[in-house]
Amino acid sequence: MFEALQENLSSALRTLRGTAVLTESNMREGLRTVHRALLEADVSLPAVKAFMDRVTQQAVGERVLKAIDPSKQLVYIVYQELVNLMGPVDHSMHLGGEVSILMLCGLQGSGKTTTCGKLGGLIKQRGRQPMLVAADLQRPAAIQQLQILGEQLELPVYADLNAQDPVRLCQAAVRQAKALGANVLILDTAGRLHVDRELMEQLTQIDNRVGPDQVYLVVDAMTGQDAVHSAQAFNEALELDGVIMTKLDGDARGGAALSVKHVTGVPIKFIGTGEHLDALEEFHPDRMAGRILGMGDIVTLVEQAQQKFDQEEMAKQQARMLKGQFTLDDFKKMLGQVGKLGPLQKVMGYIPGFGQMQKMMDAMGADAEGDMKRLVGVIDSMTPDERADPTKVVDLSRRRRIAAGAGVQPHEVNDLVKQFDLMSGMMRQMAGMGIRQRMKAMQQLAQDGMNPNAALSKKKIGTGKRLTSTDRAKMKKIRDRELRKKKREAKKR
Amino acid sequence: MGFLDKFKKGLKKTAQLMRTDIRDLFKGGGRLVDDVFCEEWYEIFIRTDMGVEASQELVDDIRTNFRARVVEMQAVLDRIKEKLKVLLAQPEEPIRFAPEGPTVIMVAGVNGCGKTTTIAKLARMFQEEGKNVVLGAADTFRAAAVEQLTIWANRLGAEIVTGPPGSDPASVAHRALAQAIANQADVCIVDTAGRLQTQQGLMQQLTKIHRVLGKQIPEAPHEVLLVLDATTGQNGISQARHFTDAVKCTGLVLAKLDGTAKGGVVVAIRKQVGLPVKYVGVGEKAEDLALFDAESFVDALFEDMAANE
Repeated sequence: MFEALQENLSSALRTLRGTAVLTESNMREGLRTVHRALLEADVSLPAVKAFMDRVTQQAVGERVLKAIDPSKQLVYIVYQELVNLMGPVDHSMHLGGEVSILMLCGLQGSGKTTTCGKLGGLIKQRGRQPMLVAADLQRPAAIQQLQILGEQLELPVYADLNAQDPVRLCQAAVRQAKALGANVLILDTAGRLHVDRELMEQLTQIDNRVGPDQVYLVVDAMTGQDAVHSAQAFNEALELDGVIMTKLDGDARGGAALSVKHVTGVPIKFIGTGEHLDALEEFHPDRMAGRILGMGDIVTLVEQAQQKFDQEEMAKQQARMLKGQFTLDDFKKMLGQVGKLGPLQKVMGYIPGFGQMQKMMDAMGADAEGDMKRLVGVIDSMTPDERADPTKVVDLSRRRRIAAGAGVQPHEVNDLVKQFDLMSGMMRQMAGMGIRQRMKAMQQLAQDGMNPNAALSKKKIGTGKRLTSTDRAKMKKIRDRELRKKKREAKKR
Repeated sequence: MGFLDKFKKGLKKTAQLMRTDIRDLFKGGGRLVDDVFCEEWYEIFIRTDMGVEASQELVDDIRTNFRARVVEMQAVLDRIKEKLKVLLAQPEEPIRFAPEGPTVIMVAGVNGCGKTTTIAKLARMFQEEGKNVVLGAADTFRAAAVEQLTIWANRLGAEIVTGPPGSDPASVAHRALAQAIANQADVCIVDTAGRLQTQQGLMQQLTKIHRVLGKQIPEAPHEVLLVLDATTGQNGISQARHFTDAVKCTGLVLAKLDGTAKGGVVVAIRKQVGLPVKYVGVGEKAEDLALFDAESFVDALFEDMAANE
């Protein structure tokens, strides 16, 4: 999501990385790039100014000039400031008491209704009984939309197709919640422009008469410079408690996160990362900042993996891998597990060093998702024997049969078998390695992946029979020494 | 003066500048065009969302034309406006109507940008011109999207073709056009589901809808309008680029221009992708659609300044 900002910042900082001493002038160049990158990421001008001011103050101070590695220090300052500006976090929705009321507000089309559903799903997952309230009486079919979402999530929805007054509707919903035993109410209010006095007044009335415990502003991640104005207006009318940022799964740079935080000062609670109803994540400024600087968001990935990987299956696979038994069935299962994490492109964005590769794949129009499905199709078309040891078993006629079964070209079957051969070799190698060596091997793999023309290639391994020139020289030295020793001893006698 | 001090000074200036008196810049009749002056203009441009590149270009223009002179605000403003007007100028007729048979208009955009409302407005506009309109509700993905368009169709008394939720949108589009041809309607407007431009599968689906329409009438769709939320920042460029790649957009509809957002990103889009703005949405009612007018759009971009004259 922040890739572009990330890219620009890394390039700005790369120019600094080479220089041994930071002077005011070369620092200025780097900071200028940071400034530009933030504006291109749609961070609003006031927020950019505040950010740059703080970074500059620290960066040009003596501290940096005396630091052992000043460029590293600057990277750290930029990172730390990004974290500071987007934090501190508070994910708690402060649910408690008899009935907690959450209210969502925002501009039209920012994603309130979808977020309302997602939030309901999340709260239900956490063991409370949410009820959705369709208080958007403005937009045609908004009520139906929420009802459908409620059905999909199996959540009760309070709606009244004939209602005219959202304030009364919300009050009635509170009574209904008590009767139904729901303990969290989520109000989906109508989208409105912050300059529309009448509708903003209506929002304030709901706030006063219904008394929500928490008020969240829903902000579209693609918002530009205007983010400061609308966020400020909503904050003045309602005293926001938090912000939910939506549509962060696209290529929006998401600078609005910094802008909104800057003007409202309230924490960003959640981010929407997809159209599906479970695509709502907690917001982590440190991860986000790390991502901006190209450090990758490995923590999020691990967390998601823990949630979605089947632990037992993993353990089984690992045991098999350690023994060096790796079959196409295992490979298929691995593909399936990766698939559970979400779109492949998104997953790769989380891994340090893979951001670049992801961009490249996009540029080539590579369809990782489709490729994966095709691979699974090919594996599915094989017999158990073929899956266990494809390199030995699959011959010309089997290859043709498999290709016909999977609806691919025969050479694609060949490619898979070849790749599998290389991979299983690697797995066997890695099984014997320590964790450190394994990481190294993975990194090597990532680097190899950067070359679009090369598929996985077999690494050359020393046979132990040929020596390098230095080794030969060393050996000769040892031999000579032995020889001299013998001569000396012979003389003595 | 160290650049840090300059920075701080610039910061103070911005605080004053925000939503206020640009005329201050020109106190006492005129001002010297120097680096500080150019920086101030740069910030004014940035705030319209036109982006770093376009802003820099305009500032460079000011610098080359007025450098080291004492100028009146109006002279600078006029020059900038003139440049932008030329850039954004439109052909007179925004919609290319088919010589015979229905004119097919496909509407696309990201989630929540205002597609459905825009379609209702377009339909109403065509009806006012005495044309017969058939709507195709090809957003079969989002919950209640079909219902939303149906409500509009009923309000406007337009015919609508729908499909069950989750069905193939291309087939709905196909049936809508077939219906339009059978009814000898003048215009067929096809709604599509909102999608982020980075979702490859969904973009391919859009291409398919486009292709399917072209099979019935070779020139169809005659217009592909990309709806853009006026609050969108630099991501608008990426939207314009990706959607144009997928379905050869012919123009933009700039929705939600009734807020404080200026929609300046269309300047960058015109420059980098070439898409012209055809209509602007200025409210929630069906009649709140206006023909894009470069003159008044540019005036509005800098209206904070004009208000202080």
